[in-house]
Amino acid sequence: MARLSRRNFLIGAGAALGALQGAPFVHAQKRGGTIRIIPIADLKVLDPIWTTAYVTRDHAYLVYDTLFASDASLQIKPQMVDKYSASRDHMKWSFTLRDGLKFHDGQPVTAEDCVVSLQRWGQKDSLGKLLMAATGKLAASDRKTFTLDLKEPFGAVLDALGKPSSNVPFIMPARLAATDANEQIKDVIGSGPYRFVKAEWQPGDQVVYERFADYVPRNEAPSGAAGGKRANVDRVIARYIPDAATASAALEKGEVDWWDNPPVDFSTRLEKNPNVTVFVKNPGGIQGWVRPNHLFPPFNNKKARQALLHMVDQDLYLQAVVGNPKYYRTCPSYYMCGLPTETAAGAPGKPNLERARQLMKESGYDGKPIVLLDAADNPSLHGSALVTRELLSRIGVNVDLQAQDWASVIARRGKKDPPQAGGWNLMMATWISPDVMTPAVNAGLSGGCDKAWFGWYCSEQMESLRREWIRATDPAKRRQIADQVQTLAYDEVPYVPWGQYTQPTAYRKNVKGVLTFPASLYWNVSVEA
Amino acid sequence: MAVVALVVFGLLRLTPGDPAAVIAGDYASPQDVAKIRASLGLDRPLHVQLGLWFGNLLRGDLGTSIFSGLPVTTLIRQRVEPTVALATLTMIVAIAIAVPLGVLAAWKQGSWIDRTVMVFAVSGFSMPVFWLGFLLVWVFAMQLGWLPVQGYSPLSRGLWPFLRQLILPALTLGFVYMALITRMTRASMLTVLREDYIRTAYAKGLPPPAVLLRHALKNAGLPVLTIIGVGVAILIGGVVVTESVFALPGIGRLTVDAILRRDYPVIQAVILIVSGVYVLINLTIDLLYVVLDPRIRY
Repeated sequence: MARLSRRNFLIGAGAALGALQGAPFVHAQKRGGTIRIIPIADLKVLDPIWTTAYVTRDHAYLVYDTLFASDASLQIKPQMVDKYSASRDHMKWSFTLRDGLKFHDGQPVTAEDCVVSLQRWGQKDSLGKLLMAATGKLAASDRKTFTLDLKEPFGAVLDALGKPSSNVPFIMPARLAATDANEQIKDVIGSGPYRFVKAEWQPGDQVVYERFADYVPRNEAPSGAAGGKRANVDRVIARYIPDAATASAALEKGEVDWWDNPPVDFSTRLEKNPNVTVFVKNPGGIQGWVRPNHLFPPFNNKKARQALLHMVDQDLYLQAVVGNPKYYRTCPSYYMCGLPTETAAGAPGKPNLERARQLMKESGYDGKPIVLLDAADNPSLHGSALVTRELLSRIGVNVDLQAQDWASVIARRGKKDPPQAGGWNLMMATWISPDVMTPAVNAGLSGGCDKAWFGWYCSEQMESLRREWIRATDPAKRRQIADQVQTLAYDEVPYVPWGQYTQPTAYRKNVKGVLTFPASLYWNVSVEA
Repeated sequence: MAVVALVVFGLLRLTPGDPAAVIAGDYASPQDVAKIRASLGLDRPLHVQLGLWFGNLLRGDLGTSIFSGLPVTTLIRQRVEPTVALATLTMIVAIAIAVPLGVLAAWKQGSWIDRTVMVFAVSGFSMPVFWLGFLLVWVFAMQLGWLPVQGYSPLSRGLWPFLRQLILPALTLGFVYMALITRMTRASMLTVLREDYIRTAYAKGLPPPAVLLRHALKNAGLPVLTIIGVGVAILIGGVVVTESVFALPGIGRLTVDAILRRDYPVIQAVILIVSGVYVLINLTIDLLYVVLDPRIRY
């Protein structure tokens, strides 16, 4: 179901950019008023560095600004940065901030704020940690300029500083960014287009933002998180509605303007409503994983993991989990399809249950039940777990499906105990495109053993290739290494992608200016009467 | 209350789940989760955590939410009004409708009125709260457009906006409660109506309303009062579902959210408070027995 080809994605993104370049709408859009949003989840944690939760990331995009940002086609563009330069060998970088940047407390944004913010982010984010490990010196040279001196080559400096998803290197005042990275900041002061209204925050229910009058947007047309962030509405009210049926009814009746994350089941009904627009704001979409635990039999044996690879039929998973072919496609790329990094290198042929059964036998699988974690309160994870159980039984594997709530599953996945003693063999996961689109950010490809993502894939060869990719500065060389990484992944099988799907968003027809991007961005949006 | 506190603390720690893992998010590394756990003090021995919590309780400090960093008292204060308003309105609606229906059904026992009331009562028991809620939303909000789908408007913003938001939730939640009280009122009235003093009252020439309300209902009131007290537990359970269906920012949703994330201080505090309220309500009912029936002595 290749509905979203790379060409179409690029054409679409190009067309969107082209439309934005004209920019007359920027000035024609209505200003003022309030937009009422149902966010992806309720905002409980305010610190986008302390947590990787998407709702906190989306909150932070409104409140904070970034040095660089990804545009609609995920190209990195300067945002707070006015000018930047790199030495010929890309070992010394200099960044100068734009004029007029201010925090919500009225203080000017300084280079020191940027340095301290990056240092805190560099303690938490996977790509940030790699950047900091390659950094010799990061320091402010004057109030508006800071420099980055690398001690070893790092080809992804701008990719890191313009990282679009969690953790995003948001800039905070130095006094807040000095907070221990493992503790939550105590105050929410950013320099973004909207100001967080703490007095109206009711965790679990409502978050309110007000336009920051002193925000100075860039002159360019907005595109993704890049370009001019124009705060058209005076107030953004995000009220979480936990029940999807209630949320759908509230949108249809006009009690809310925008439902950020409707389940695909509801999008079919919403598409029929003449007052509602259903729109895919992240055409890159989401990738589903079957993640084996590499510590214990049978999946500590490569052949058993390869059996999973031959077992997974993406069509089957996508039909079960998403249902509507308009919103999914099969994809052989570990970096997802429709993105610049898409590749089919090393991809196996069609699913082959017979081959999977044979590989399972060759792995020495002894018939003991496989513990499969099932987050029963998460529809995507639950649906994919049920399909996995069915397919495993077809290749002769006994399955112990353990249904728990999501909070229990994410606690249990961290346990390195044997599967029958509280650990696990298989789990499901889903990731959005910016989190898997390169060898550096794709946590599932990390072969760092104890330091790898849950499942603890261990491969010195993979780590070496990923390091090589990170060090490379030539795009052609990076492309070649990314292909090698994927070829190795298809041999060692750190995880098996079970398909790619998109998540629609839905808003009333009078909402204009919704931006294409993997995160939810609420600037540039206006609400017409 | 100390026993409740101890049991809640123990059960939560036995339940699988880790707030540090929830905070860190889906994409954090195991090392990051461990660091957050340590920073929150969740890696300390259980008896140390229990001792700290009890110490804070004795000082009147219910703790701080692990996630938002806000005091639990602030979170509860933000959520009390919708829940109290919903529970009160539900009680008023339920009692105002159920008691007369029960009296009427008993008075007209065996008639079509009685049978209609009993069908209503059985329907009330049978319909799941969430299903009834969606049905009412579909009819009164989506089709007729008379009432809003969801949300809450504080009383401070006006009586009508306040009532408008609560009518559907109160009817939804009140339906089960009405069914319970209607059946109990009818059964209790039927027993009383067979007593000699009722026959005497009629023989004296008193009109039926006076007999039913002044003589029968007062004596039938004790079991009804008991069931109203017991029903508070049903109400508390129903509040959780109703608040979710109508997106009311009340204590029920606060509790469910806290449980789903394992926000221990919030769960512990809410359960302690709800237990206290439950005890208080039942104590009040016990004291009301004395008012209704002077023969009762404690």
